[in-house]
Amino acid sequence: MSRRRAGRFGWNAVGLVLFGLMVFPVFWMLSTSLKKNDQIYSFNPVWFPRHPTLTHFHDVVHRPYFWTDVKNSVIVVVATVAIALALSFFAAVALAKFRFSGRKLFVVLVIGIQMLPQAGLIIPLYVVLAKRGQVNTLTGLILVYLTFALPFCVWTLRGFVLGIPKDLEEAAMVDGSTRLGAFLRILLPLVAPGLVATSVFAFITSWNEYIFASTLLHDGSKQTVTVFLALLSGGNRFVDWGAIMAASTLIAVPVVIFFLLVQRRIAFGLTAGSVKG
Amino acid sequence: MPYLLVAPIVVVLAAILGYPIYYLVRISLQKYDLFALVAHHGTYIGLGNFRSVLHDQVFWHTLLRTVVFTAVNVGLTMVGGTLIALLLVRVSTWVRLLLTVGLVLVWSMPPVVAVQVWSWMTNSQNGVLNYILTRLHLGDFFQHNWYETTFSQYAMVTSLIVWGALPFVVITVYAALSQVPHELVEAAQIDGARAWRVFKDVTLPVLTPVLLILTSLSIIWDFGVFTQPYLLIGPGQQTSSNYLMSVYLYVEGFGKTDFGRGAAISILMLAIVAVLSVFYVRQMLRVGEET
Repeated sequence: MSRRRAGRFGWNAVGLVLFGLMVFPVFWMLSTSLKKNDQIYSFNPVWFPRHPTLTHFHDVVHRPYFWTDVKNSVIVVVATVAIALALSFFAAVALAKFRFSGRKLFVVLVIGIQMLPQAGLIIPLYVVLAKRGQVNTLTGLILVYLTFALPFCVWTLRGFVLGIPKDLEEAAMVDGSTRLGAFLRILLPLVAPGLVATSVFAFITSWNEYIFASTLLHDGSKQTVTVFLALLSGGNRFVDWGAIMAASTLIAVPVVIFFLLVQRRIAFGLTAGSVKG
Repeated sequence: MPYLLVAPIVVVLAAILGYPIYYLVRISLQKYDLFALVAHHGTYIGLGNFRSVLHDQVFWHTLLRTVVFTAVNVGLTMVGGTLIALLLVRVSTWVRLLLTVGLVLVWSMPPVVAVQVWSWMTNSQNGVLNYILTRLHLGDFFQHNWYETTFSQYAMVTSLIVWGALPFVVITVYAALSQVPHELVEAAQIDGARAWRVFKDVTLPVLTPVLLILTSLSIIWDFGVFTQPYLLIGPGQQTSSNYLMSVYLYVEGFGKTDFGRGAAISILMLAIVAVLSVFYVRQMLRVGEET
């Protein structure tokens, strides 16, 4: 028994070292963002900020375009999620509740599109948007994000709709409601948590997106937060790491919070069925 | 009725995705430069772009580099992820909880944020990596520049990508481990089977379907990766000696404003990814439609 105990002690030690290694980058981001410059650039690293300061946060939010870019990100993300949800919900119901010819092709497309590397589509999307005068507009970016958000939302929502027992729906129909009535009264409330989870995940993906935002949007006043962050390190010879880490923290915080809320619900969509959770 | 429900999304996808894909094929057969972009149409040159790309050493070198990069990253992610998942089973509850929180935290980091943190940690002037390596007496890393050689650049990119990819793999494999029948493991242990045998004959068969899906997903993702190598190595530091596929087509298309050639590379890349996806899509169809 004592050997077993020793074994567990050893594994725990390995686990703790691993934990340290994994979270160190996140810790280092937070720690740097709260340090004064002399501690950031000192020869021997200062592990924990002495006299923590919010100077870098104050500095970053007052930089040109910070709030404009936050606003742009919010507009793009909210519009993408709203449109994607509205369109894909009905398709998800169709996939989950009906059999129809062409269904399999549709499913293959929905899964397949999600696998396409974004860079592979950037040239035609750019050229087509340029043709329509939608380069350097938020509308253009929303359309691009929809190409990835729609298939994701259809597939994930389908899973949530499938999870609803058929009896419930049938019970409502026996009560004399129409199919649409049953659908709205029974299905919608039941699928609401799924809708929330899906939209939050689509929110995160669009918020994090970089390649399209940086290619399509030229003006500083029209960029998104990821482009803002990427541009912070360029240009000057002196790199202001305090400001960059503060901006990184600000951009990551909403994502981390949202992610913690929905991680358990969504993570298995990608491997749906192969693990019975 | 189902057609009515599916129709809107099909129409929208055809417009915003179908049309651009049609355009991708069209541009790839044209000389489409900056003038063409402004004039909105290029000159038809048949398979000229494909011929030029396929006769270019850079394309083949980039393809090889991308394949090696993908193999290394997927290998490290899958082996590391599986080992950590097995570790999660062995540690005390509080350590497991702590590790899970750490993993989810890492998982949630936006890629661009992670890139900035990596640039800062691996910076040659004040990077904490050089300090730690020197203090551990692993050599003299004072002001060591990690972005000098292609190999070293990709060591950094790999560490970043594996770090970011591990949580998804660990948590999925850990969930699958809970499906391993307890009685079977204990019976095998009582029979005196060694740990490796138990893993190989009892645990691994249960994990196989999950590991296959995770591996194919990782291959598809790593093969097409753009943001991390492009930003960590630096937009100005992308050359034919360190391209990955996505970066290559991006620089050819936008950097050199040769959209026709970029489109040809895109098509070749998408074709490769389509082939790589066949297994994943089939697997998803099979298991996904059963549930």
